[in-house]
Amino acid sequence: MSNTDHLPTLDAAVPTYEPEFQQKEMLLNIGPAHPAMHGIIRIQTKLEGELIVESDVEIGYLHRAFEKSCEESTWNQAIIYTDRLNYVSAAINNVGYCMAVEKLLGIELPPRGQYIRTLLCEISRIGDHLTCVGASAMELGGFTVFLYMIKGREYCWELIEEYCGARVTTMATRVGGVPHDLPEGWLDKCLWVIKEVREILAECDILLTNNRIFVERMENVGLMPAEKAIAWGWTGPCLRGSGVAYDVRKDFPYLVYDQLDWEVPVGRRGDNLDRYLVRMEEMEQSCRIIEQCVAKIPGGPINCDNKRVTLPDKKDTYGNIEGLMNHFKLIMYGHGIRVPEGEVYFPVEGGNGELGFYIVSHPDEHSKDGCNDRAWRVRCRPPCLPMVACLPEIINDYMIADIVPTFGSVNMIGGELDR
Amino acid sequence: MSKFPEHIAIEKSHPTAVLDWHDRFGDRTLIVDGKQIVDVITLLRDSFGYNMLVDLTAVDYFPRRPRFEVVYHFLNVDSHARLRVKVQLEESHPHIASIISLYPIADWLEREAWDMFGIKFDGHTNMKRLLLYESFEGHPLRKDYPKTKRQPLIGPQN
Repeated sequence: MSNTDHLPTLDAAVPTYEPEFQQKEMLLNIGPAHPAMHGIIRIQTKLEGELIVESDVEIGYLHRAFEKSCEESTWNQAIIYTDRLNYVSAAINNVGYCMAVEKLLGIELPPRGQYIRTLLCEISRIGDHLTCVGASAMELGGFTVFLYMIKGREYCWELIEEYCGARVTTMATRVGGVPHDLPEGWLDKCLWVIKEVREILAECDILLTNNRIFVERMENVGLMPAEKAIAWGWTGPCLRGSGVAYDVRKDFPYLVYDQLDWEVPVGRRGDNLDRYLVRMEEMEQSCRIIEQCVAKIPGGPINCDNKRVTLPDKKDTYGNIEGLMNHFKLIMYGHGIRVPEGEVYFPVEGGNGELGFYIVSHPDEHSKDGCNDRAWRVRCRPPCLPMVACLPEIINDYMIADIVPTFGSVNMIGGELDR
Repeated sequence: MSKFPEHIAIEKSHPTAVLDWHDRFGDRTLIVDGKQIVDVITLLRDSFGYNMLVDLTAVDYFPRRPRFEVVYHFLNVDSHARLRVKVQLEESHPHIASIISLYPIADWLEREAWDMFGIKFDGHTNMKRLLLYESFEGHPLRKDYPKTKRQPLIGPQN
């Protein structure tokens, strides 16, 4: 007699009932506290098995009253709020806001200031795209890519930190200029970072672009035809992924982009894979822009020569009465930069597309000169809002698991979406 | 300063639609009668190729009258022409026709304008708040909404 004889036989242990599968539709709530939703968005889905038949997106979890706060602070104070819009590429927001105010004032930066801004924008853009592609790859299982790309982003952010003292909340511009000239050796370090980023891109390209698991989950998922993308207001890498070569830097050139040689990559089908490929190529183009800027950057002043806008040198503030008065006239409450009445819209190419600022200056009841030291209205046109508004269109009729790559390729940034 | 082609074309079919216009700072702007806004925007989209509604927002000019302005920014993606269209609205019951049927993105942008300014968009079927929550009182981007105003606590009570 063996010692297992007292146990029931295996056949007897198997239950005999027929399993019942649910055939009806199921509601599934994803987010806001879900790792793939990046913490700040909620998608309600109606499922038929694993197929999404209907979905609804709810936003607003990161609303910080950006536009209201800008109305309560002076022109230069509001720059600090723009850092928090797209917090992955904050320098682009700073540049966009300052250039809108400068358009209202009718002033332009000297060439060196414009080159410094261009450099900061493109370094930020590389950081933005590295984060987007790296995070999407991680969510599909490519953790190595995430680590490599975050290493590259760290190099970019270290450059920005060396320039302005902060990695994320940069405040890297002022109305009428930039806060500092470039530190010594910064341009050489820039070239070194470009070299490192290119190595990372080559490595990640090998890891992703020929990776069957990655490609099959990205290809033909989240399809968006060009005409529909335009009607939905898409811009940036997502619109270019659908095959429309619209880039604010090319079509409405600002800073020095029209003096440099670079190209606008476009996709063909408008699926997740195209959006990924467009971002990878754009990083290479940004590297080219940075290289040319480093080679071409001229000497000279960095701020515009207008005493009503630009703060005087510290040696003048402390050394003579005119400098001191000039300083206080710009800093003192109720004085500041006097911007005449008017309205402007100024677009720049942000990490996710057209980042526009619609700024209205309007004198309040205390104004004696018809000008104002603060904005009457600052409207930020958030580049990722159209893509998120359109999300049901690109996740419906796909599997629930396809939400992850599609949502990753849209690159939602809560800071600029909810403002 | 001469009238731009969009202005002339609108005047031909809708003689009373354009109230004012300017191109200060290089931004071409039309101020349009609110009652004819859908006709004007349909014409701009179909005859001038303004295929993208870049932005839709509002401005509160309190205490000026008319108090509100709804601001549309259009872009022709092929020819890269831009145009701003503005509509002025009175303080009591500000409302304007929705343009969802022309541009699907207007759905969320109109919801945001309702959320922040309390402007109703007639014909919008889902006119609920976009960024704030349903029990929020008031419309925070109005100039008479104080920045420090408190809101009732929502969520679990204990």
